[in-house]
Amino acid sequence: MKVKINGKDAYYTSSGRDIDKNQPTIVFVHGSGLTHVTWVLQTRYFAFHGYNTIAVDLPGHGESEGPALNTIEEMADWIADLISSLGIKKTSYVGHSQGCLVGLEFAERHPDKLELLALINGSLSMKMNPELLELAINKDQKAVDLMMDWVHGPLGHKGGHPVPGLSHMGMGNQLVSSNNNGTLGVDFNACDQYTNGEAAASNIKHPTLCIIGKHDKMTPKKVGVELASKIKDSKSVILEESGHMSVLETASDTKNLLKDFFRAHRNAS
Amino acid sequence: MTDPKTYSFNTKTLHSGHQPDKNFGSRAVPIYQTTSYLFQDADHAAALFNLEEGGHIYSRISNPTISVLEERVAALEGGSAALATASGMSAMSLAILNICSAGDHVVSSSQLYGGSFNLLRLTLKRFGIETTFVKPRDTEGFKKAIQPNTKCIWGELIGNPGIEIMDIPEISKIAKEANIPLMVDGTFNTPYLCNLFDLGADIITHSLTKWMAGHGTSMGGIIVEKGDFDWTKGNKFPTMTEPYEGYHGLSFAEEFGPAAFTMRARAEGMRDFGPCMSPTNAFNILMGIETLSVRMEKHLSNTQIMLDYLTNNQNVSWVNHPSLPDHPDHKVASKLMPKGAGSMIAFGIKGGKEAGHAFINALKLTSHLANVGDAKSLVIHPASATHSQMDKKSLELAGLTEDMIRFSVGLEDMEDIMTDFDIGFKASQRPRLVASK
Repeated sequence: MKVKINGKDAYYTSSGRDIDKNQPTIVFVHGSGLTHVTWVLQTRYFAFHGYNTIAVDLPGHGESEGPALNTIEEMADWIADLISSLGIKKTSYVGHSQGCLVGLEFAERHPDKLELLALINGSLSMKMNPELLELAINKDQKAVDLMMDWVHGPLGHKGGHPVPGLSHMGMGNQLVSSNNNGTLGVDFNACDQYTNGEAAASNIKHPTLCIIGKHDKMTPKKVGVELASKIKDSKSVILEESGHMSVLETASDTKNLLKDFFRAHRNAS
Repeated sequence: MTDPKTYSFNTKTLHSGHQPDKNFGSRAVPIYQTTSYLFQDADHAAALFNLEEGGHIYSRISNPTISVLEERVAALEGGSAALATASGMSAMSLAILNICSAGDHVVSSSQLYGGSFNLLRLTLKRFGIETTFVKPRDTEGFKKAIQPNTKCIWGELIGNPGIEIMDIPEISKIAKEANIPLMVDGTFNTPYLCNLFDLGADIITHSLTKWMAGHGTSMGGIIVEKGDFDWTKGNKFPTMTEPYEGYHGLSFAEEFGPAAFTMRARAEGMRDFGPCMSPTNAFNILMGIETLSVRMEKHLSNTQIMLDYLTNNQNVSWVNHPSLPDHPDHKVASKLMPKGAGSMIAFGIKGGKEAGHAFINALKLTSHLANVGDAKSLVIHPASATHSQMDKKSLELAGLTEDMIRFSVGLEDMEDIMTDFDIGFKASQRPRLVASK
């Protein structure tokens, strides 16, 4: 589905379902160089179990018109504009990696639009490896190759995808390569330059779930734990077999954690 | 500068797709000889059926042993996803039917395995899918044959049995210009000789029965998807982009992106046509793939020995292999497959059809049968066997002559095969009552 945000095509998928104003909404925001496809093993479940799901392609990614946004703050505002344009007043937010920084800033800048927050493979800041940043800015395929190495844990490297026949490394490579047209470099730079994470996390009042991968090399376990420690009403869970791609490497565990989190708070309210 | 530390080719042949068994620590891939899988509860069953989560339902659709094979081949090819099938032919059928419907059109190389040729020429035609055949060296011909309803270009890098080479990078440019996928049967090259995705293919199929399994024991095929073809461009591929009623309005391109083709082929193709591989065959093929590199190296070195022998044999009128400098495709083959152009040799025997029969009948060690890519050396006379269902015109189009012997070079000590061939040649040149034409 496409809507216009600031005069440009903005793409999201709702898993083929119409948005029902009587249902709660969850917006899913991908990581650097990725797209909405990252979320397929979570969104389809929620879309068929009483939620509106909005899995976005950030500007310049996948099917959304470019250019890519330069800062995490701009991305957070773009998400707010998108959900408003769909007539949604409040949404829960699930972010992966860079999407977690956007989530922190979304909570900081648009707290009235947020219900529940889930941060997967996140951290308070993401200073980029200078070599990787430069390669991505130069649209070098090696940036994708290094990323595939670093984002996948032992499970992702060897294989054993939850969906029969799919390859973690192959899928990841194609998704990120499709955005290695400068967009990946802009993403990495936005992450590198973002400095408001700690302040934003400290201000969050919304219930938050932090999912951490034990074998994560991009946002290692200790920074995931640190992120959770700064958010008052947060719960963190470490996935023993996951690298940085918990949404795919341990897709069912991630989905079940999200399911329990949303269900518990839905029942409570 | 830091280099990515990802597994290399030989490591992938042994490890990709497999996590050692958690229950018993089995190092080898277990054979899950089961039809079906217990659901955790009703929600879990519903989620699996609605593609909300990954997992196995019924072994026609997917199976854990077969999934290891699929991921392994996807890793070897550098694809985003793969779907194993009962045979190479079912891989081809599913790949084409995944995007073609009645009224659609295929442009294909004319030099194909006989079964593939007949699928396109006769069987798919019955379902309203027409094919235009083009000689593999006629690159411009592929461009001219494309129509508004053309949905793909089909071909074999190393044509069977004439061993003509299809210039994949050039034909890929034509496919890209027309916004249609280039589908290539990579059976004769295997991922060891070249990477077809790097050369420009969008979809690769294999008959795994041949060199990949390598021992002539198990039937199998596979479809591998590269993952960067844009199915949404030009509204040309409704099976990929339009909401599919069979899964509550699911759009495969939208939901699965780089794995859309594979997901559709599995969800619809395996569900409705059902050409599933057996788990035991998947295990046997995995065992073969573990030694793919060492076998292919030996296939290539033995091929060179036999090329030297045949080109210097007075009973042989011609020898056809792209490694030979006088082969019309020698240059392009050397570029596309620098390690070697495979282990299939075609040669013409002096004395024509009857001499060919006599040669084959006299062999004691080399096997006369309808297969290729076995560890054992194999021969056949295509005009009277694999391609016998083709008429004279089709045989000509496929580059076949009646004196042609197709030789799949095996892993034996080649001096024994040469001794066997010496006996065959001697028999072929004995005076016959009926002179050959």
